Amino acid sequence: MAEPLLEVRDLKVSFRTEDGIVRAVDGISFTLDEGEVLGIVGESGSGKSVTMMTVMRLITDPNVIYQGSIIYKGRDLMGLSRDAMREVRGEEIAMIFQDPMTSLNPVYTVGWQIEEQLNEHNDLKKGQARRRAMELLAQVGIPKPEQRIDDYPHQFSGGMRQRVMIALALSCNPDLLIADEPTTALDVTIQAQILELIKNLKREFGSAVVLITHDLGVVADVADRILVMYAGRIVEEGNKEQIFYDPQHPYTWGLLGSIARLDRPRARRLTAIAGQPPSLINRPQGCSFRTRCPQAFDRCRAEDPQLTAKVGDGHLDACHLSVEDKRERRDKTINPELAETA
Amino acid sequence: MLAFIVRRLLWMALVLFAISVLVFLIFFATPGVDPARQMAGRNPSAETIKSIKHEFGLDRSLPVRYGLMMKHMFITRDLISYGSHTRVIPEITSAAPVTLSLVFGAAIIWIVFSILFGVAAAVLRGTVFDPLLMILALIGISIPVFWLGEVVNLITQSRLHDSFLFSWVPPLGYTPLTQDPFMWFKQLIFPWLTLSVLYIGFYARVLRANLIETESEDYIRTARAKGLSERRVLFRHTLRTSMITFVSLFGLDFAVLVGGGALLTEVVFGLPGVGLLTFNSLTALDLPVIMTTVIYAAFFITLASALVDLVYAWLDPRVRLA
Ligand SMILES: Nc1ncnc2c1ncn2[C@@H]1O[C@H](COP(=O)(O)OP(=O)(O)O)[C@@H](O)[C@H]1O
Ligand code: SF4
Ligand SMILES: [Mg+2]
Repeated sequence: MAEPLLEVRDLKVSFRTEDGIVRAVDGISFTLDEGEVLGIVGESGSGKSVTMMTVMRLITDPNVIYQGSIIYKGRDLMGLSRDAMREVRGEEIAMIFQDPMTSLNPVYTVGWQIEEQLNEHNDLKKGQARRRAMELLAQVGIPKPEQRIDDYPHQFSGGMRQRVMIALALSCNPDLLIADEPTTALDVTIQAQILELIKNLKREFGSAVVLITHDLGVVADVADRILVMYAGRIVEEGNKEQIFYDPQHPYTWGLLGSIARLDRPRARRLTAIAGQPPSLINRPQGCSFRTRCPQAFDRCRAEDPQLTAKVGDGHLDACHLSVEDKRERRDKTINPELAETA
Repeated sequence: MLAFIVRRLLWMALVLFAISVLVFLIFFATPGVDPARQMAGRNPSAETIKSIKHEFGLDRSLPVRYGLMMKHMFITRDLISYGSHTRVIPEITSAAPVTLSLVFGAAIIWIVFSILFGVAAAVLRGTVFDPLLMILALIGISIPVFWLGEVVNLITQSRLHDSFLFSWVPPLGYTPLTQDPFMWFKQLIFPWLTLSVLYIGFYARVLRANLIETESEDYIRTARAKGLSERRVLFRHTLRTSMITFVSLFGLDFAVLVGGGALLTEVVFGLPGVGLLTFNSLTALDLPVIMTTVIYAAFFITLASALVDLVYAWLDPRVRLA
């Protein structure tokens, strides 16, 4: 098997704060192959952004503490010099963010901002960068790019701005595109269009994609593999079929239960998981999900469950329940109507 | 753009008119003010007062008197001071270059140094230099300008004047730029530095706060994600958007100073500028001079606010000129 594009090994990211050390990411490992789409799913605050911002080395907080390694194309990004890292950023790995309204600089035209990125990483002649920027705007589906290229971000709608961000990210043909909640701030119809666009461009540009979201529904269509994160750790990992049709972790069941689905009665549609995530400063002993887990039992309090494969190739989860117990209880949690009628 | 300029000019005319009427009315509503008596000298006869009143049009109705004053100010340009009996317009036109020289020079110094200190403090955040610079800035803000001016004079004009350091410093006063540029510069350098200290402190603090606020904006993160150098992120993105507040503050402070707000510096360094002129006319309740200096100041302030709006729209495309 070929070497993976990206390999994150036992990554830990903490922040020193007045209240203590916040362990935002607490020992995460995963790999990503070339051209693969990886979904990272979890509630807000579970460490998704911090993980991928660390990969980009974009965390500027001076109180951050890192451990672990991030191997990209055989090089450890954590050991790269600032300048070497700048070459990677934007050119090899690009990132788009949640809020397209605030992610573009309001005082420059969108064309200027794309050209700035192109000129940073390429030796382009005058006019070349502009032509390329116009092409990119056309590729991301912005009508009349020859006019819109001289418009300022505030002259675009939210969805159009996210398209501009995508054009910006793809401008140097990156091998890895990180999309951090790219559709969260957008209307539902626009969300679908942006996801479709990412899917198509991924095919066209052949880059690998990490798609971060708090909504499992968003990755259902796009992702090859899915990581489920909770309180700074991965609690379940598997391919799309495994996560959607045979989810092993009670937290994943909860996330599946909160996907908006039209085939359910209205009242049952959006049931968020009850309770609050644990403190990242004083992590409770045992399973970090146990305070909210309806299935919790004695062992959950005493022992920290490890992420291991129990049901199939590449399908890992961190829960003490036996596979039989899980499958039996799962149906009651995710599809209570079905369980009731059965 | 043309519509903007026309609108602003009309607005300026309206403001100047309103201010002049207001000053005029305040003057005549002030008890104990009788210019004819002032002009007539000690123990004047009733005849003398009457003839003075007639000569200066003081026996006419208020609107007519206002009209006459405006006519003398703008059309015949021969408005006479009640106090010194000299023409007012030449007084203003000879005082304005002094004030403009003082304020322009000080402004250049304060822009350069406040940007330098503000950026340095923001970049060095987390080291001892940031609080050190900010304390320095606070001291600069707190020092009264007349005190600082006196200390500077004490050092450069008397105590250390004979040392090699300050022997080049000419006596206090003003020499026009056109007459002797080098002398102009030598006489103004200490007034410039003295006047700019307060503004350097204030603008450095404002800029630092703005830079730090901008630093946490999402588009700065985007700029870093693009792989730009820290220097480019700082100058092309963080500083560029932080200048918006800086520029609008600057326009108004500058206008107030040009309009006569640099009075204390002018007094301490013996510069016969607009501030001094205004101050003297106010203490003498000399209406023609008060009127002229107020209109002069209002002109610069409205002009500056129009310029600020222009620059603002250029710096921040979200602001549309309407
Ligand atoms: N600079 C920081 N200082 C302290 N805590 C932080 C910092 N950045 C993030 N965190 C904490 O790390 C946790 C994970 O955040 P994040 O990765 O943004 O979550 P999400 O999964 O929603 O993207 C959160 O609890 C957040 O409060
Ligand atoms: S280990 Fe226990 S508490 Fe944690 S998810 Fe499994 S059953 Fe729930
Ligand atoms: Mg996030």
